[in-house]
Amino acid sequence: MARVIVDVMLKPEILDAQGQAIARALPRLGFTGVASVRQGKRFEVEIDGPADDAALAEVRKMAETLLANTVIEDFTLRVE
Amino acid sequence: MSSAPHIDSVSRAAETPDERQPYAELGMKTDEYVRVKHILGRRPTSCELAIYSVMWSEHCSYKSSKVHLRQFGTKAPESDALLVGMGENAGVVDVGDGWAVTFKIESHNHPSYVEPYQGAATGVGGIVRDIMSMGARPVAVMDSLRFGPADAPDTRRVLPGVVAGIGGYGNSLGLPNIGGEVVFDESYLGNPLVNALCLGVLRKDQIKLATAPGPGNKVVLFGNRTGPDGIGGASVLASATFDEESQAKRPSVQVGDPFTEKVLIECCLELFAADVVVGIQDLGAAGVSCATTELAAKGTGGMDVRLDLVPLRDETLRPEEILMSESQERMMAVVTPEDVDRFMEICAKWDMPATVIGEVTDTGRLRMTWHGELIVDIPPGTAADEGPVYDRPYSRPLDQDELQRRDPAGLPRPDDLRAELLRLLGSPNLASKEWVTAQYDRYVRGNTVLATPADAGLLRIDEVMPGAEPSTRGVAISTDGNGRYTRLDPYAGAQLALAEAYRNVAAVGARPLAVTNCLNFGSPEDPEVMWQFAEAVRGLADACQTLGVPVTGGNVSFYNQTGSTAILPTPVVGVLGVIDDVTNRVRPGFTEEGATVLLLGETREEFGGSEWAHVAHGHLGGLPPAVDLAAERRLAELMAAAAAEGLLLASHDLSDGGLAIALAESCLTGRYGCRVTLPADPFVTLFSESTARMLVAVKPGAESRFAELAAGIAVTELGRTGGDALVIEDLFEISITELRETHTSTLPAIFD
Repeated sequence: MARVIVDVMLKPEILDAQGQAIARALPRLGFTGVASVRQGKRFEVEIDGPADDAALAEVRKMAETLLANTVIEDFTLRVE
Repeated sequence: MSSAPHIDSVSRAAETPDERQPYAELGMKTDEYVRVKHILGRRPTSCELAIYSVMWSEHCSYKSSKVHLRQFGTKAPESDALLVGMGENAGVVDVGDGWAVTFKIESHNHPSYVEPYQGAATGVGGIVRDIMSMGARPVAVMDSLRFGPADAPDTRRVLPGVVAGIGGYGNSLGLPNIGGEVVFDESYLGNPLVNALCLGVLRKDQIKLATAPGPGNKVVLFGNRTGPDGIGGASVLASATFDEESQAKRPSVQVGDPFTEKVLIECCLELFAADVVVGIQDLGAAGVSCATTELAAKGTGGMDVRLDLVPLRDETLRPEEILMSESQERMMAVVTPEDVDRFMEICAKWDMPATVIGEVTDTGRLRMTWHGELIVDIPPGTAADEGPVYDRPYSRPLDQDELQRRDPAGLPRPDDLRAELLRLLGSPNLASKEWVTAQYDRYVRGNTVLATPADAGLLRIDEVMPGAEPSTRGVAISTDGNGRYTRLDPYAGAQLALAEAYRNVAAVGARPLAVTNCLNFGSPEDPEVMWQFAEAVRGLADACQTLGVPVTGGNVSFYNQTGSTAILPTPVVGVLGVIDDVTNRVRPGFTEEGATVLLLGETREEFGGSEWAHVAHGHLGGLPPAVDLAAERRLAELMAAAAAEGLLLASHDLSDGGLAIALAESCLTGRYGCRVTLPADPFVTLFSESTARMLVAVKPGAESRFAELAAGIAVTELGRTGGDALVIEDLFEISITELRETHTSTLPAIFD
C-alpha cells in the first residue's frame, strides 16, 4: 500500500474567486498581514501496490483525466 | 513597477515610424493596419494597436455583417412599444403601467467549447451585465444550446459542463432560468452553440445609456480587479515589443465569479436609484478598450484616462494587456464630480472596489497615459464606430438545388404509427430536457408564472423600484431556431425561427412585441456561408416587418466551423410579448377532463427538414414548411383574445415532430390524456410540421364563443381531454405512463 498525494491548484493567472473571498474575510476576523490567498484541492489516492514509476504514471493519468481540469488547473504528485 | 523604459509611447511611435508591428498576429489585415496609420498620421503605439485590433475584430465591429444588419433598421416596423432600439447594450420595450423591459441574446460558443463550465458561466455573466447597463434589474435568463449527437463522446464532455456552468452562475445570481432549447446535430459536434439570453425590468423613465457626456465628468471603473483573463492575443503584442519576462503565456479562459456579480447588480441598482450615474457601460469583449472608446464616442467625444490607475489582480500586467483583458464582473460609469463621493460611498457599502481612472473631455481624442507617458491618443469614433465594413461576396451554394430536390416525399413511411410516435418522442431532440432544466432554478424570486416545459417562459412584473406601481402585467419570452430548415432555405429558415418563437409567445396568451436574435454561422469569408447569412437576415427583417415586431438588438457569431466545415446556419430568434393580466395566461397540458381538443391551422404534407425525416431516415432535403406570416398573426390575435376571455384550458404550439409530439406533450404536462380522431391521412396529420398551427383545449361551455373568435382560421375538432392515455381512435393508444417513460429516460441514460 502506498499513498499518492495529488495537489490541484488553479493556474496562477486564473481568477481564484474563493481564494479572494477568503483573503477579504481574514482582515474582518482580525488576521492582518495577509497579502493574498489561493485555494486548491488535495487528493489522497491509496494504491494497492508500491508507488513505483508505473503506478505514479497511472495516478498522473487519473489527475489529467479527472482530478484536475488541465485547461485551468495545474497539479503536482508526491508520495507520502 | 518597472515599465517606463519599455513603454511604447506616442512620442516613441513618432520617432520609430518603421518599427515592425505584429498586426497580422492580432488578426488585422494589412489594409486595416495602413488605415490606422492614416487615421493617426503615424504608426500606432502598441496600446493603440491593441485597441484597434480588438475593436475592429469581427466580434466587436460586425464588419462582415453590418451591411446586412442595416435591414433591421430600414425595414423596422412602426412600434409604439420600442423605447431603445439597436445600437445600445440592449433594446428596451414599453410594457405599460410605466414599466419597461430590456432583453438580449448573445453567443458564447467558442469559449464554451474550450472550457465548457467557465465558457457557459461567463456567457451568462456577460449578458446579465448588458442588461444591468441599461439601468434594469436582471430578472430571468434563458439559454439556447446546440451540441453534437447526444451519444457522441465529446458531447458528454461539453454538455454536462455547459449545463453546470449555466446553472452554477445563474443559480448563484438568484435568477430563474425560464426556458430555452437543447438541440443535437452532427454539425455542432466540434462547435457547440451556447446562446444566453437575459431579461431585465426597469421603470421606463430610468433608462441608462452607454454615453460619456459633460467635460469634467469622472470615469469610474468598478467591480472586479483586472487580471490576465482572455488575452491570449495580447501576449503576441508584448513579446514583439518587450523583453522575455512579459512573454508568459496568458490564458484565453475567463473565469467568472457569480457572487461578485450578484453584489455588482445590487450595487448598480442602488447607484441608479441614487441618480449618480450619467452613463454606464459593462466591460465584456475587449474590456477597457471597448468601454472607453464607445463611451467617449457616444458622449462629448473625448476622454483622458490614466491606465496605471486601473486596479490589478496581477501587478505584472502591461498596459496592452490591461486594454485587452476580459476579466469578468467589471463596469465603467461616468459620474459628475459632485456625485463622485456619493458614488464611492455606495460602492464601499457593497464592498465593491471603485476607482476614478479618468475624465470626460471635449477634445475629441481618447488619451491614455501610463505613469505620465502618453500611450494612446486617438479619435475614439474611429475605433468604436468607423471600423472597416466589408460587403463580402456571397453566392448560392453549389449543392443547394440538389439539396432542395432531395424531396422527402419518397421516403418510406412507417406501418406502425404507435411505434413511430414513441421513437420520435424518445429521440434526443424531442425527449424531455428535464435532465438539463432540473439543474437550473426556475422559480427563484417568486415571479415565475410559466417556465419549461411551457411554450414560453412567463414572468410577473413585480419589482420594488422608485416610482413603481403595482401591476398585473407579465412578460413572455421564447427562443427558437432550426438549423435544418435554415440549411434548406435560409430566407425561410430565419422566418420559421421567428414564427415559432412568436407562436410560442402567443400560445401562453401574450401579445408578441419585440425581437432579439443571435445569428450563428460559419465563416463569412466563405461565399456560400455568406449567402446563407445574407438570406437569413433578409428573411428575418422582412418577417419582422410583416409581423410588426421590431428587432431590438442581438449578436452575430461567425466562424462556427470544424476545420472548413461550417455548422448548420442557425439563426436563433427570441420574441418578447406582454400579457396584461398574468392570471389569464394559458397553461400547457391537459389539466382537466372534458375540454374540447382543437387543432388550429392547416396541415399540409410538409416533411422537408422535419424531425421525422431526421430521426427515421437521417434525411435532410427538400424545402422547409411554407411560411405563412399572415396566418401566424391571426393565430396570435385569436390566442390573445381567447386568453383574455378565459376560454382556454390549455394550449401548445405545433412545431418539431408535429401534432403527434404536441398531443403527447400535452398529455404529459397535464394530468389527463385525451381521445382524438384524426381528420385525414394519419401519418401526415401526426408528423407533418406545417406552421401556423396550435393545439388548444377549450373549456366546456366556451366552444361557441371560441368558434366566433376563430372565424377565418381553420379549426378541426379532434376530440376531448380525459382518461390516462393518449387514444387515437381506430389507430392506437399509449398510456401516459408509457409516454412518460419514453420521454424522460433518454437523456439520463446518456448523461447520468
